[in-house]
Amino acid sequence: MITVKINGFEVKVEKDTTILEAANKIGIKIPTFCHDPRLRPHGSCRICTVEVKGGRNLPTACTTPVFEGMEVETESEGVVEARKEILDLLLANHPLDCLTCQQAGRCALQDLCFQYDVKESSYGGAKKEFEIDNSNPFYYSDQNKCILCGKCVYVCSQLQCTDAIGFAERGFPTHIATPFNQGLEESTCVSCGNCVSVCPVGALVPKSKEKFRYWETSPVRTTCSYCGVGCQMDLLVKDNKIVEIQPAMGPSNEGLLCVKGKFAYNFIGHPDRLKAPLIRKNGKLEEGTWEEAYELISSKIAEAKETLGPNSVAGLSSARCTTEENYLLQKLMRAVVGTNNVDHCARL
Amino acid sequence: MKSIQDLDRIRQKSLEKVNLRRNVEDANVEAEASGEGLTDGKPKDVLVCGGTGCTSSGCQKIINKMEIQLEKHQLKKEVKLIKTGCFGLCEAGPIVIVHPEGAFYSRIKEKDVEEIVEEHLLKGKVVTHLLFKGAIDGDQVKPIDEVDFYKKQQRVALRNCGLISPEDIEEYIAFDGYKALSKVLTEMTPEEAIDEVKKSGLRGRGGGGFPTGLKWEFTAKAEGDQKYVACNADEGDPGAFMDRSVLEGDPHAIVEAMAIAGYAVGADMGYVYIRAEYPIAVARLQIAIEDARKFGLLGKSIFGTDFNFDMEIRLGAGAFVCGEETALINSIEGKRGMPRPRPPFPAHKGIWDKPTLLNNVETYANIPQIILNGAEWYSSIGTEKSKGTKVFALGGKINNTGLLEIPMGTTLREVIYEVGGGIPNGKAFKAVQTGGPSGGCIPADHLDAAIDYDNLISLGSMMGSGGMIVMDEDNCMVDIARFFLDFTVDESCGKCTPCREGTKRMLEILERITEGEGEEADLNKLESLAKTIKNTSLCGLGQTAPNPVLSTLHYFRHEYEAHVKDKKCPAGVCQGLLQYLVIPEACKKCGICANKCPVNCIDGVKGKEVYVIRQADCIKCGACMAACPFKAIKKG
Repeated sequence: MITVKINGFEVKVEKDTTILEAANKIGIKIPTFCHDPRLRPHGSCRICTVEVKGGRNLPTACTTPVFEGMEVETESEGVVEARKEILDLLLANHPLDCLTCQQAGRCALQDLCFQYDVKESSYGGAKKEFEIDNSNPFYYSDQNKCILCGKCVYVCSQLQCTDAIGFAERGFPTHIATPFNQGLEESTCVSCGNCVSVCPVGALVPKSKEKFRYWETSPVRTTCSYCGVGCQMDLLVKDNKIVEIQPAMGPSNEGLLCVKGKFAYNFIGHPDRLKAPLIRKNGKLEEGTWEEAYELISSKIAEAKETLGPNSVAGLSSARCTTEENYLLQKLMRAVVGTNNVDHCARL
Repeated sequence: MKSIQDLDRIRQKSLEKVNLRRNVEDANVEAEASGEGLTDGKPKDVLVCGGTGCTSSGCQKIINKMEIQLEKHQLKKEVKLIKTGCFGLCEAGPIVIVHPEGAFYSRIKEKDVEEIVEEHLLKGKVVTHLLFKGAIDGDQVKPIDEVDFYKKQQRVALRNCGLISPEDIEEYIAFDGYKALSKVLTEMTPEEAIDEVKKSGLRGRGGGGFPTGLKWEFTAKAEGDQKYVACNADEGDPGAFMDRSVLEGDPHAIVEAMAIAGYAVGADMGYVYIRAEYPIAVARLQIAIEDARKFGLLGKSIFGTDFNFDMEIRLGAGAFVCGEETALINSIEGKRGMPRPRPPFPAHKGIWDKPTLLNNVETYANIPQIILNGAEWYSSIGTEKSKGTKVFALGGKINNTGLLEIPMGTTLREVIYEVGGGIPNGKAFKAVQTGGPSGGCIPADHLDAAIDYDNLISLGSMMGSGGMIVMDEDNCMVDIARFFLDFTVDESCGKCTPCREGTKRMLEILERITEGEGEEADLNKLESLAKTIKNTSLCGLGQTAPNPVLSTLHYFRHEYEAHVKDKKCPAGVCQGLLQYLVIPEACKKCGICANKCPVNCIDGVKGKEVYVIRQADCIKCGACMAACPFKAIKKG
């Protein structure tokens, strides 16, 4: 174990722990834009810059490992000055349209400018001018708002393994692009939306049907119903209506979702959605109760088994069920009905 | 080649090839054209520089012409024509040297070849009027190594440049090539080899100045099933070409040194990362690698030992940032050239996350000599903390533009006034810029500073890879700072915020100042922004990018103030602050200026009225001033 002192507080951590992790351990918050514990540390944004006693410059907390006896200041005068300058530089190249920006309320740039009292940029000069790419059906990509933290690129390449986007050009004109700048629709993007989920600003935002502010929503943690993986997600709910979905750090999804989990939630509140079983009566489907439905199913199975034998019945299960549920269905078919006729929708 | 004995045999056999060059006659050759003492029939080695500079100035034509002439005079047996690497004095190219006399012909044209062949090669009379102007003293012809430009130099890294044919492995072997490798493999343990490099005091020549031996030791001690050595040949500083010259003139030195390094750190594979803009260097290095393989100097069981080593070239695509070690490693891996955070350092996690030793070309070029002559010899050269020699690319307002290698500790004054031959046109020296875009400008007050890593840093500049640009009174220091920053802004990879956004804003401020729209507050803003960029940037490119601005602000603040307060550019460079004015009493009313003006902004009546420039329309091209036969137009 290594002992380090952060803002005067001692903390013992394992070797190879970063300053950021050590600080988190004792509840000292260091701001970040580009950090994501799931990614290989890349140290792009430099906002987590801290002061290490005896150090030559201001290293980044997210990439610098601790050493025995290290003394760190996370909010010293020099650190605050540097962070303000970095925010100033980011703002100089950012459209200040927070009033209408969908990301307001969960924008890291907005929050840090508030924290460090950066009201506006002190620089004029060149600004990005990109067209918004709205070719993807689920999200917008507005490079004018991008602060080039790089998380979208690395999530796409390191976690999603799709490599649909990357950096184009260099220096000031650097921007996130698809190959040959052909736009998202022409790219290999699978619309998983994991880039959207990690974007700290309003550069990647879902195409939302609702007008809402994040502070009007409350999260409801649930398990995605689309397949058996069990991805954890937060439904952002405003006035009892789901307006967006955020992935949660569940053990099976680690903050990732697929296109369905992330974007395909409109069925939940859709007027056409079935809320009760439909039972055909006199050639017409009519709403019934679950008791009625189960009664009907079991009686029909029993009847078929009786008259035509167990192999006249087949069980067809769903990929959207969990492994346990599928197990139960085949058990029911084999042990109760007495048939091996078990199949699954994904094979059809 | 299986053993040291084989190498010795090849060396003995090859010595004959280079004999004339090994024993350069110290006797001065009579320049007199008396006809007596002719050396006709005597063997000669004619060396024609085939470096990039001389290639551009037409050396190939000279070689072709020479071939024809030698054929014509049936001299092919006696005279060996050799295309070498760079001699260093590029400004005097194309350069032809004739050995054994060491006669130094400069700025040779195709039409001069005949005379050299007929007079010098055939009759033994040195053609004095074609000699480099510094190579003749009264009626004595000075051999090349006694010319002022070369006298103060000590060539270690460049020892073979301009001496051997870089495409002939036997010539390299004749000059003790691969002897160091054989010594290391058969007489030394890897630890002893590392120790020798450590004791030599050699520091990284790419700019950082990190002790080379320590780097070797870290890589050797790092745990890993596979290790690599790599060579940084992505030389990108504007005007710097020392690495190119080594690769063009002596590529086997790099092959040999990398094999030595591979043995020392436990690597069996090497990569040379070289910019594609160096086609001659790439081609010659490729030949060297292939020849070394043919001779068994690369491959399996080198010199019959169990040491295996091979190497490959990786081409860079022209990004300055790829000279930064972690960006270079990304690029070798086929990724975008962007730096990675350090730690982990390449010694622990380099190419494909394997321990990697990465040294610069010039650093490697010193290694065989250190092994052959010993650490003690090497550390006897230089200053206390900077050992050995350093190659510089001298350029700008200087008489002798070119490449030179001097012992560390030589003063800036010696380099500029003795080796460099001073400032042309009697102008006054103003500053010297070292370290390229990462360095700073050093003013005249510090001309007597001895050149070493630490001195240059304490003067607000740095060694860098060895660019040295001399500025005279006609250079505007604000404009110089703007020029270098413009380069870094262009070359920033865009990964980290301070470098990507910050250098751009610094450049915008400097542009405002040079255009006459600067304010006093801009100077403080420049300084505070520079501090953040230096302190928080991810890699060396960003951390040093503000140096040209900070050093000029430090030493030449008055020039900045003149720009922002008085709206004047003292050196008369910044066009936005310039006015061209007709001096009425000197104007002869000839109208030439009005005729030359591309925007017709000069009014007057020929022969009757003094001409006047309409300032609002003037584009400040200076055509009027250049055209006026009576010097009646001034800049102010």
